[in-house]
Amino acid sequence: MQNDEIINKINQLLVDEIEIDADKISPAADLKKDLEIDSLDFVDLFVIIERNFGVKMKAEEMTEIKSLQDFYDYIIKRVSSN
Amino acid sequence: MRRVVITGMGIYSVLGKNLADVKDSLYHGRSGIILDHKRKELGFRSALTGMVERPVLKGVLDRRMRVGMPVQGEYAYMATLEALKNAGIDQDFLNRNEVGILYGNDSSALPVVESVDILRKEKDTMLIGSGYIFQSMNSTVSMNLSVIFRLRGINFTVSGACASGSHAIGIGYLLIKDGLQDMIICGGAQEINPESTASFDALNAFSLRESEPAKASRPFDRDRDGLVPSGGAASIIIESYESAKKRGANILAEVVGYGFSSNGEHISLPNIDGPARAMQQSLKAAGMSSSEIDYINAHATSTPAGDGNEAQAIFQVFGKDMPLVSSTKSMTGHEMWMGGASEIIYSTLMMNNNFIAPNINFENPDPATACLNLATVTTPHEIKAFLSNSFGFGGTNSSLVVRKTSF
Repeated sequence: MQNDEIINKINQLLVDEIEIDADKISPAADLKKDLEIDSLDFVDLFVIIERNFGVKMKAEEMTEIKSLQDFYDYIIKRVSSN
Repeated sequence: MRRVVITGMGIYSVLGKNLADVKDSLYHGRSGIILDHKRKELGFRSALTGMVERPVLKGVLDRRMRVGMPVQGEYAYMATLEALKNAGIDQDFLNRNEVGILYGNDSSALPVVESVDILRKEKDTMLIGSGYIFQSMNSTVSMNLSVIFRLRGINFTVSGACASGSHAIGIGYLLIKDGLQDMIICGGAQEINPESTASFDALNAFSLRESEPAKASRPFDRDRDGLVPSGGAASIIIESYESAKKRGANILAEVVGYGFSSNGEHISLPNIDGPARAMQQSLKAAGMSSSEIDYINAHATSTPAGDGNEAQAIFQVFGKDMPLVSSTKSMTGHEMWMGGASEIIYSTLMMNNNFIAPNINFENPDPATACLNLATVTTPHEIKAFLSNSFGFGGTNSSLVVRKTSF
């Protein structure tokens, strides 16, 4: 999967599955403050990412992920190492 | 001791998804029972069930509010929305006042089954998601509604088997009477699915009259052969008379007595003594004599033993003063954890519209039920006060007396 395909897919899942307002999606958006993704939403993201990318996110790796760009980079890295 | 009034009602039932439709169904003696073929494929003895379609809440509630709610929570949300609107209560009132919730519920089987199925398949709990734990608990309805409506008063679920909804109203009534709360959302909710009823079907408790679903639930009738499971949700707003008067609320009825008892005998077969004591206690609490009751909404679920024993208990308490009796379960089926609350709504609709809904499908009495004064057709009747019975597994009994207000 190409990087921009991954990014587009992540954005689509955030809008369709987590029901985030599409207007709020931007790489600089803070996941918690701007996108209002809370700890329970992260639990659902784990499931959504596993089902769509075959990647099992690790809770301990989430602490460094603050922005949507950080999240794109993390998923891209995990997909390419699979 | 304060007086406790009902100022709002809301219903999501197999008879209708709002008060007007339900009133119409009650008046016309309409059944909400169907045949669910999926149950036959699964291996049920009886595929009969009440049915109401699931509400569509996407676009109404945000995802976080929806994801932790099981289907009976959705029903309860719809019923509570109508009840609050009926009571003239908006979110601003709920924000400014301490309003509680006491809801009857005694299962949440489907979410447990679904989440464990995921675990067994995936061998990884990280694939279960965030919603199932909240959906799976018995307190799921009160839990979810207190968050959605931002309630800040009493907050828990009452589990008393098929008397859950009635006990929830009874406890709410006691709290308000004693000055501990001004307003409480009370109700009962019941999931409708094979997962929650399979082990009940295992008791051979359900009617097998699959050839005529609308005639299968026949409380008190000689040829009754078992109950029909059903569900949905019902909510009422109860508050102190002072609170109702202060905000200019329209008072629908007054809760005047709550009687309760336990049979102390068999886990599933009811007796006569326990229900009789609950009825007597509710009359005593109301300060009323049996002759002042104009209508009894019976628990009667269309089981051979249960209906007969309740008939005997009613006769023991009311004797020659027996008012008209009907079991609305003849139309709804057995709404289980919802029933105690929905039947207060059905009876209040009757009281405020001067009719008694029929105990449909009654063709012949048997020796135990012959003593009853049954309304077998829709009967125009003035009801000044009614008594509603709900009895459950484990011998839990609840009787509520409600009357037209005298304010």
